[in-house]
Amino acid sequence: MKLDPAIRDQVLGTVPSLRAFAISLCGNIDRADDLVQETMLRALAHIDSFEPGTNMPAWLFTILRNLFRSEYRKRRREVEDADGRYAETLISHPEQTGRVEFEEFRAALAKLPSDQREALILVGASGFSYDDAAAICGCAVGTIKSRVNRARTRLADLLAIDSVDDFGPDRATRAVLAGGGRS
Amino acid sequence: MGERRKDDAMKHRKANLEPFEAATEQPETQDPMVRSATSPHKPEARLGREVQARIGQQLRAMYNDVVNQGVPQHITELVRRLSDQDQD
Repeated sequence: MKLDPAIRDQVLGTVPSLRAFAISLCGNIDRADDLVQETMLRALAHIDSFEPGTNMPAWLFTILRNLFRSEYRKRRREVEDADGRYAETLISHPEQTGRVEFEEFRAALAKLPSDQREALILVGASGFSYDDAAAICGCAVGTIKSRVNRARTRLADLLAIDSVDDFGPDRATRAVLAGGGRS
Repeated sequence: MGERRKDDAMKHRKANLEPFEAATEQPETQDPMVRSATSPHKPEARLGREVQARIGQQLRAMYNDVVNQGVPQHITELVRRLSDQDQD
């Protein structure tokens, strides 16, 4: 029996978002694409365990995240800190924001702990509910909320630092001020 | 006395706030400039609507940048090939 084309289209329809999530996890487009491919293999091999009518994106995101956790995390530690390179991995730039501002944002996002960034992306970009994000990450809803909140607070802090440049002390002055404890 | 009142005020305010408050209970800021650039007495003010809107917008812009690239050809082919196979 062949796979229902409607199910197949649901799977394919989730791929673009799945890829964006994978890039945020891996910090590298090539590895993200490998991860998406593995996710497709795993999902189609176990498609019987997907209940039609339930949340296909959440099902696929869960598979992808589990694969990433089990296989890629170890490798990531061996090679390098992918978090630090996340800012470099995306090539093009959305038109609606200035390039400099966008670069600042990506750099700030790259500084977040991976669990916070993951939660923020699932809720704030992928559009999952807190409940779905918690199911995907295998943790409590409260944990997801806390991670998202911390991520937003941290980003706001990081972006606030940059906005000071526009009308506050210049970088050199701030460096001196910030180093106040050292004398 | 002053401290005490402030604590009470914080508690009171907390009850009316969204879950964002949880994050501000654990200050992560070490940079003194950040403290002075915002108000240490009203941590929640740091996450004003404007900042939140900006974060949300940039996050989606970055994400959609990838989403708009669509499905890579090799993934489309893989999925079609696998879904055309007989399944046991």
